[in-house]
Amino acid sequence: MSALIDVENLTLQFHTDEGLITAVEDVSFSLNKGEVMGLVGESGSGKSVTAKSLMHLNARNAVYAPGSKITLHTEAGEVDVLSLRTPRELNVVRGGAISMIFQEPMASFAPAITIGKQMVEQLQLHSDMSKKQAREISVEMLDRVGISDAGRRFDQYAFELSGGMRQRAMIAMALSTKPKLLIADEPTTALDVTIQAQVIDLMKDLVSEFDMGIVFITHDLGVVAQTCDRVNVMYLGRLIEEGPVREVIRNPKHPYTQGLISALPKLDDLDAPLTPVPGDIPSPLERPPGCVFNTRCSQVVGPQCQAQVPHEVHVTADHQVACHIYTEAGK
Amino acid sequence: MSEDILIRADHLSVGFQIGKGLFSKFTLKAVENVSVEIEKGSFFGLVGESGSGKTTLGRALLKAVPITGGNAHYTDGEVEYDLEKITKEELRDYRKRAQLIFQDPYAALSPRMTVRDIIAEPLEVMGLTRTRAETDERVRAIAAKCRLNLEHLRRFPHAFSGGQRQRISIARALVSDPKFVVADESVAALDVSIQADVLNLLKELQRDLGITFMFISHDLSVVAHTCDHVAVMYLGRLVETAPTRKLFSAPRHPYTKALFSAIPSLDPDDRGAAQKLEGEIPSPTNQPPGCKFHTRCPFAIDKCKSVEPELEGDGSGHEVSCHRWKELMETVPA
Repeated sequence: MSALIDVENLTLQFHTDEGLITAVEDVSFSLNKGEVMGLVGESGSGKSVTAKSLMHLNARNAVYAPGSKITLHTEAGEVDVLSLRTPRELNVVRGGAISMIFQEPMASFAPAITIGKQMVEQLQLHSDMSKKQAREISVEMLDRVGISDAGRRFDQYAFELSGGMRQRAMIAMALSTKPKLLIADEPTTALDVTIQAQVIDLMKDLVSEFDMGIVFITHDLGVVAQTCDRVNVMYLGRLIEEGPVREVIRNPKHPYTQGLISALPKLDDLDAPLTPVPGDIPSPLERPPGCVFNTRCSQVVGPQCQAQVPHEVHVTADHQVACHIYTEAGK
Repeated sequence: MSEDILIRADHLSVGFQIGKGLFSKFTLKAVENVSVEIEKGSFFGLVGESGSGKTTLGRALLKAVPITGGNAHYTDGEVEYDLEKITKEELRDYRKRAQLIFQDPYAALSPRMTVRDIIAEPLEVMGLTRTRAETDERVRAIAAKCRLNLEHLRRFPHAFSGGQRQRISIARALVSDPKFVVADESVAALDVSIQADVLNLLKELQRDLGITFMFISHDLSVVAHTCDHVAVMYLGRLVETAPTRKLFSAPRHPYTKALFSAIPSLDPDDRGAAQKLEGEIPSPTNQPPGCKFHTRCPFAIDKCKSVEPELEGDGSGHEVSCHRWKELMETVPA
């Protein structure tokens, strides 16, 4: 498998009235073609910000630290995403090589423009298609994602569609430019469970059909288990564990990942008590020194947890964890 | 009415008038012909997709929306109210006895009031305490039960995380010492690691204070872990109700079965074996005739398209409204 995107030492801070906030710190990972990677974490863990930086899409007050590097491998060569400046350059990435779908599809479509017009507009922006061709492709895509009567839906507005239908239309629009990478930010969270199952199925089909890479942002480990090949767990801006989905879910190494999994209510054991992870995620203004999880960790090994940031340790060839239980400093 | 039933709804319906014109006026049936009994001290779960009427049913039992058909009774040993014919005077008393916890702890708390004032407000509005000292006493007592300390009471809501805010909302709902509390999606906005904490707190309060909870949720695994009895709603109808274990081990309605199998499994090797539902829940303004689920049901026959099934029980508290459940139990594995 060939690499699609490499993220190296991504550190991202935001200028705010309350000072400089670190949203993402020293995050590195790579994604191959046709691979689905889950990005898991609580609110405030930096998962959405990380995904947005893949398209250089963060707000103006964002500051990327000097060592940060994101490389996108395309047929035309390598693109250094963070060095892109002009809208013309950025268009190659945004909506071209990379598309994004969001949690709330109602908020992602312009309410006063028909779905079809929005789809045609973006197709024309990213290719030299005629309006007629763009319309044909759009209707075809709507049909492909399971929207019945696509020709009629094309001329409707977002509010005329149901929630599940809107999310399908969103996916159709995101995929019509044939991106290499799809970023899906909590795409099923706002949907009912029966509709969620349909959308997950659809996304799985599309990955194999288009050979795309997907970054799937979610807080739902069940959805991760069902869709992803690999999973990255984030906490307070740091990548704390990454590995193949089976290993991470069946044999989690980081105390936070273990806590997340045991906090989940499980249907096959109704007597098991629910164990919350004690405490709350600290404010990004008060990032704890050392391991970011030390304020809530039940397995602190010693003073190094407060003093030293744990580096990533390989548990197996492709399962890594950043925790002092496994580092030299912790032994 | 039996001793240990706190709330009983008989063929309860709630409809909303939509449209203002003479000809465009019609009724949206949000809840239709629902009969349930909620036992004293129980944790009663209500599940369903959006648009199933679960929130409306919860509000009807609190008398927060008008009941347009059927009836509901409340009795706690001290008082007995007929919620349909309740007088203004009685309703004022019922408000103390029946409370609501909201979904979004960020929207439910006024940013301009201290936590103490937020929790004390119901006491003052309802005139339950005479002196400030008495109010403070009750606020402190309930705050302690919800694991909030004195320091917390002086602060404003913005200083708290989601889990803490939800504990404040719970304290506010419980300060008037209610017997019946509707918790509407009370953990849906919380992160998983915090959610378990709030659920444990609610269970604790149920045990220690003897409160009867109606827990409305779309998350089946949460319901399975907290509730004693579960009712499943679809398009305003009750399709199945049973003690939790019975429902989860042997669901009878095709919709309940489909709901269970749609829950994403934590086992990565258990992918896509589930039976998937086609389509979406129909609009409540344009309901299909017959069984409301027949448009999505893989087992629908002609009878389902014209005759609406009644809820039928087997004497063990497990009731289901489906024409074919018996034969499906024999022929289709759960």
